[in-house]
Amino acid sequence: MTSEAAATSYLAEGLSLRSWLTTHDHKRIAILYGFSITLFFFLGGIAAALIRLELATPQGDLVTADTYNKLFTAHGVIMVWLFLIPSIPSVLGNFLLPMMIGARDLAFPRLNLASWYFYLAGGAVTLWALLVGGVDTGWTFYTPFSSMFSNSNVVLALVGVLIVGFSSIMTGLNFIVTVHTMRAPGLGWFRLPLFVWANYATSLILVLATPVLGMTLILVGIERLFQVGIFDPALGGDPLLFQHLFWFYSHPAVYIMVLPAMGVASEIIPCFARKRVFGYRFMAYAILGIAVIGFLVWGHHMFVSGQSVYAGMVFSLLSFMVAIPSAIKVFNWTATLYKGRITFSAPMLYALGFVGLFTVGGLTGLFLAALALDVHLSDTYFVVAHFHYIMVGGSVMAYLGGVHFWWPKVTGRLYPEAWGRVAALIIFAGFNLTFFPQYLLGYEGMPRRYHSYPEEFQALHLLSTAGAATLAVGYLLPLFYLGWSLKFGKRAGPNPWAATGLEWQTDSPPPPHNFASQPVVTGEPYAYTP
Amino acid sequence: MNTGFHLLPVSASSAAARLDPLALAVLLLTGAVALAVTVLIVVFCVRYRASSDADRSGAPTRNRVLEVFWTVTPLLLFFGIYAWGAIDYARLYQAAPDAMPVFVVAKQWMWKAQHRNGRREVGELHLPLGRPVRLVMTSQDVIHSLFVPAFRIKQDLVPGRYTSIAFTPTVAGEYRLFCAEYCGTEHAMMGGRVVVLPPAEFARWLRAGPSEPGLAARGFALFRRYGCSGCHAAGSSVHAPDLNGLLGRRVHLQDGRELTADEGYVRDSILLPQKDVVAGYQPIMPSFAGQIDEEDLLAIIDYLREGAHDE
Repeated sequence: MTSEAAATSYLAEGLSLRSWLTTHDHKRIAILYGFSITLFFFLGGIAAALIRLELATPQGDLVTADTYNKLFTAHGVIMVWLFLIPSIPSVLGNFLLPMMIGARDLAFPRLNLASWYFYLAGGAVTLWALLVGGVDTGWTFYTPFSSMFSNSNVVLALVGVLIVGFSSIMTGLNFIVTVHTMRAPGLGWFRLPLFVWANYATSLILVLATPVLGMTLILVGIERLFQVGIFDPALGGDPLLFQHLFWFYSHPAVYIMVLPAMGVASEIIPCFARKRVFGYRFMAYAILGIAVIGFLVWGHHMFVSGQSVYAGMVFSLLSFMVAIPSAIKVFNWTATLYKGRITFSAPMLYALGFVGLFTVGGLTGLFLAALALDVHLSDTYFVVAHFHYIMVGGSVMAYLGGVHFWWPKVTGRLYPEAWGRVAALIIFAGFNLTFFPQYLLGYEGMPRRYHSYPEEFQALHLLSTAGAATLAVGYLLPLFYLGWSLKFGKRAGPNPWAATGLEWQTDSPPPPHNFASQPVVTGEPYAYTP
Repeated sequence: MNTGFHLLPVSASSAAARLDPLALAVLLLTGAVALAVTVLIVVFCVRYRASSDADRSGAPTRNRVLEVFWTVTPLLLFFGIYAWGAIDYARLYQAAPDAMPVFVVAKQWMWKAQHRNGRREVGELHLPLGRPVRLVMTSQDVIHSLFVPAFRIKQDLVPGRYTSIAFTPTVAGEYRLFCAEYCGTEHAMMGGRVVVLPPAEFARWLRAGPSEPGLAARGFALFRRYGCSGCHAAGSSVHAPDLNGLLGRRVHLQDGRELTADEGYVRDSILLPQKDVVAGYQPIMPSFAGQIDEEDLLAIIDYLREGAHDE
């Protein structure tokens, strides 16, 4: 940058709506994604709030059974496909991946913009299906209920999710090609930040698994519309075939949600511990290990489905194996803290919260991987608690940590630190109050997807509902203080955290093409000294 | 009924007695790991906070021995839990030879059960105390799942096939029965109760029902009504396999396979007769798909059970 006047940021590049909606800049597309997924997060959150309110009493007294069924379907569909899956990759990944590897943009900027339009179109169709009449199948669309018995907007919802799937594939493809072809001189594979590794592995899953989901949804639509026997035994189909196909996507989808979160934690923890991440190579291999083994464990969703006992035994063993790389990561984050110089800014609080909650979520996964235990716990609140610890305690905590960590880079402003810390603590407390009681509910035998329930479960349900109210406050807070900081926050400067990643070696907010000159990498990542 | 707040559900079956120790073992193991990680994070966070002047010399960024250790140790422990869980799981599907079969048919949104003497019930399931039981189950419409928390058992009921689960009730009493697989509008209301009675009382209960013929007798009537006997009776002129005491028999198939005839095999042979053709016979049997309802099918199958003819 030769003079102050020439230093326009990507934000000042064009202010019209048109300049935003036709942008090819990965940073601007990231922001488009950011707004969209935030909208869907709060829509899904409203559905969750109504569910928790209904469950405050044993009787089904707030909404009807059908409405309740449509609410948990809407909550699941929105949170999984319209928030969690795009969250970290499409917002933080889109913004950061090119910057972290010293590139001007993603490999296919137009495809990147197209992916956002597909996402938006799919989101609109899905929302239409969910709001006009609703869908009552649950986000899992189990056949033959979804294909032959439900009287709700199933086909429209399938079409919406199918379209969103294309945006996933486009993003995945773009990231893979970008990481392979556009790394800065000197940036070898084992010099990549772990956030890049995580998004790379996630992209492989997106590209390999999403088409299977798309085909499965099309088959459900064909059976529903034309009564072609695929999944309904009354037509000669096989309902378990649907479960195999669905989980072949939907189990790897869990890793689509959590691998990028691991990437975020792996950036934040070394920065605030002022220490190189412990066991970098094991961390990178663990990411790849999770991505690969994650494709081989889908049958653990089907231990009581009637699938063969021997299949159950193989899937159980593989499910224990996939826990190993996750355990390695937790141990390595912990070891990174050893002999560090630790400060507790909001991103670090979120990252530590992520490690704790992810650990609990992962360890309770071992209960479900153990066959006989799963027979009792499957389809109860234990499962609900387990996957919320991974997806909300894990992924959402990490996403918020990442939003705070890179907020100065994205906006050029600092967020108010005290508010950031308070929100992180409220979310951590509210989360545990909401979901820990659900483990107990599950072991006691409370089935999931119940509109009303026996009275002996009420005490724990009430705790959970109180936690949800706390959590709602925690999630709304950042909306206000981050919004406030856009106008009133202190100027950040290029590198407020004294971080080592390439993205910090340029202005905040960055210029349209990220770097004034091509960066050259000469050393390993995370060159922090305590 | 077991109402009131309690941390552990009551334990009232052989499966429950095996499961709680496994759950406790996994809880102790995972609890120890969670505690260790938490303690280490807290200790490091306090000791190496920015304002402390703790010694930071020689901070390691990797340690192969340590990393291999914390990879292999959990792996070995996991193998242990895996084997424990897998063995107990297998037992749920290996019924004792003298296990009493009870037939359960689910539909939106009710449970129907029938016992071999012909006694039927809706929304309830009566079982004898201390006797091995095997539930043979199917659904008339969508997937349901039979869940009895006090027994720690759960098994999906899948339309178009039989699933089964075996256990022994060990404590007399009444327990909740839930549907655990989401099945539509009244999924949450698809409950019921399981009543475990001491053997003598159970026998009395079995006899007390409306006097209906036994399941096998009803099956025999159906066997004739649907014309099965026309070909499968001993003196028939049509070349069809003899079905006397079919269940449990080894069957050799035309394509070289060999299997033990169970409820699922007989069901498929009635509804999909071309699927498993018996060696030495022509595939001439017509399909009865869509003509016989689930409860009648179970009655016909019970008639073909070994020894049913003598009862």
